[in-house]
Amino acid sequence: MNDIKDLIISKNLSKKYNGQLVVDNFSISIKNGEIFGLLGPNGAGKSTIILMILGLTEPTSGSISVGGFNSTRQPLKVKRITGYLPEKVGFYEDMTAMENLSYTAELNNIPYREIPSKIDEVLDTVSLSKNKKQQVRTFSKGMKQRLGIADVLIKDPRLIIFDELTEGLDVKVANQILQTILDLNASKNITFLLSSHQLNLVQKVCSRVGILSSGKLINQGSVESLGRELFGGGKYRIEIELEKITGKIADKLKKLDKVISVNKTGKKFTIVCDKDIRQGISRLVSNEGILLTRMDMKKDALEEIYLKYFKEE
Amino acid sequence: MRSVLTIYRKELCDHFSSNKFLILLSLIYIAGLSSTYVSLTNIRQAASSLDEHVFLYLFTTKGDILPSFITFIRFFIPIIGIIFGFDAINSEKTSGNLSRVLSQPIYRDSLINSKFLAGITTLGIIIASIVFIISGVGLFSIGVPPTSEEILRISFFIFICIFYGGFWMGLSILFSVIMEKTAASILITTAIWIFLMFFLPIIADAIANAMAPVSDNPTFTELARNYSISSSISRISPATLFSESIIVLLMPIGGNLIINNKAGLVQSYEMLQSGEMQLNHPLSLGQSLVQVWPQLVAIIALAIVCFAVSYIIFMRQEIRST
Repeated sequence: MNDIKDLIISKNLSKKYNGQLVVDNFSISIKNGEIFGLLGPNGAGKSTIILMILGLTEPTSGSISVGGFNSTRQPLKVKRITGYLPEKVGFYEDMTAMENLSYTAELNNIPYREIPSKIDEVLDTVSLSKNKKQQVRTFSKGMKQRLGIADVLIKDPRLIIFDELTEGLDVKVANQILQTILDLNASKNITFLLSSHQLNLVQKVCSRVGILSSGKLINQGSVESLGRELFGGGKYRIEIELEKITGKIADKLKKLDKVISVNKTGKKFTIVCDKDIRQGISRLVSNEGILLTRMDMKKDALEEIYLKYFKEE
Repeated sequence: MRSVLTIYRKELCDHFSSNKFLILLSLIYIAGLSSTYVSLTNIRQAASSLDEHVFLYLFTTKGDILPSFITFIRFFIPIIGIIFGFDAINSEKTSGNLSRVLSQPIYRDSLINSKFLAGITTLGIIIASIVFIISGVGLFSIGVPPTSEEILRISFFIFICIFYGGFWMGLSILFSVIMEKTAASILITTAIWIFLMFFLPIIADAIANAMAPVSDNPTFTELARNYSISSSISRISPATLFSESIIVLLMPIGGNLIINNKAGLVQSYEMLQSGEMQLNHPLSLGQSLVQVWPQLVAIIALAIVCFAVSYIIFMRQEIRST
């Protein structure tokens, strides 16, 4: 089973609610050890796809499997290897962190004698060892999210699904959690499926993203490849604003190394290139005796890619 | 199977450690022991005239102010059932636990089955414990041990109480599955309880009086017809079915008259309780069970139907974290 290259395979997955199509022919393969981001506005069908992966809702047509197990026909086997942290993670507030994790461990049929050491291990991973005897009601939102990660780790999953993991967290805590994801991915080769609106955070960790609109997967690939596809093939986009324009400046910019295209809008230029050429640009502009008033560089910003797709929504 | 046991054990712990359990237990103990004190006083006063089934009088004798234990229990069981079920599912949803728990390798029905079983167990423990306490106090005070028939009657009483509570628990779980908010589920279930317990008998009487009026000097036929209509309508309510069953079971002397529509002979349950009306030959346990068999079956069926409906709805429901 570990030889299976693609951990999640979805083929023509569709789901109708009350006659309305919420997931439309969703086909995707997510590889073992990959960190995949599922992006899309509210109502795009992300949560429905996650529920179908877990076997918590049945597809109207098509199929989805995790680790070779069909989610509809073998939901228990799928849930045994999949950890899921919902958007609104809940714990039994009167119980301690340890008791909550022990409950999850028992539901996962982990032998009783192994549970205490397992709890210590996962709490250590999320740096909550000191709080294990504390009631969950005293936990902050960030601590609850970390406990959520511990909760999914207790079953040694091959796949972890996070639904809006960093929603409502401050940047520091969100970054800590993302670092935990990267560490787990590197150390245990766990596959992650992240659904998030915080695109800059997704960009930091995802090796590939899928963009979902009205239940349809409209594009997928690495952030870099999506950026190239949308913005003319270049890896970098440099925007400059000049005090004045001379006739030859555009031509000279085009002749710089690795420049793919130069677009002019008033006193602004957008340069698409495959290399960071900011030094070259400032030298050129300075040699021309023109004052450079602004220069920004964007490296395949996922937010821009996202906005490009959803600017009308 | 382990998942059912795990959830069952956790739910049981939750019930036993909850404040609502302690409050309900205290209330029912206070009510039960108060009514026992009254019944013991009355039993001592009328000791010479009570020859058979003395032990059962502990549960059925009322005082001047306080009602009997079975009246208290008729009132408290629905409350216990409702309180242990009204937030069973929707609180899990709103707290975000439902999707987390169901994403574990367990069948979805393990959750609702375990919750129902844990609720029924808690209810059974509350009822059985107060019945045993009353029996113990009674045994110590009146010095007459229960006969085997009385023990069986009390066992059947506990059994009926559990199913009656099961109906109310099933109903409140049903609304906890349907309604998003716990406040809504408890309000609806309480409204149904109030209607079935207090308003339905009034409506039944009004309909009976309209359909079969009783004159100032009623004939046996008039009374019987009026009573027949009234009791038939009242039997829609599980509270009526429960009252009838336990009266017949715990009052072998004359209890059956109430449910046999002998309206001309028995005007009210109070007459039996006050000892104004008795039969010379009490019913045997077998005869009592035959008398209340339809009521028993109806209570059990209602409890099963209520739970089955909530089960089906829960199994078909979408599980979302928000």
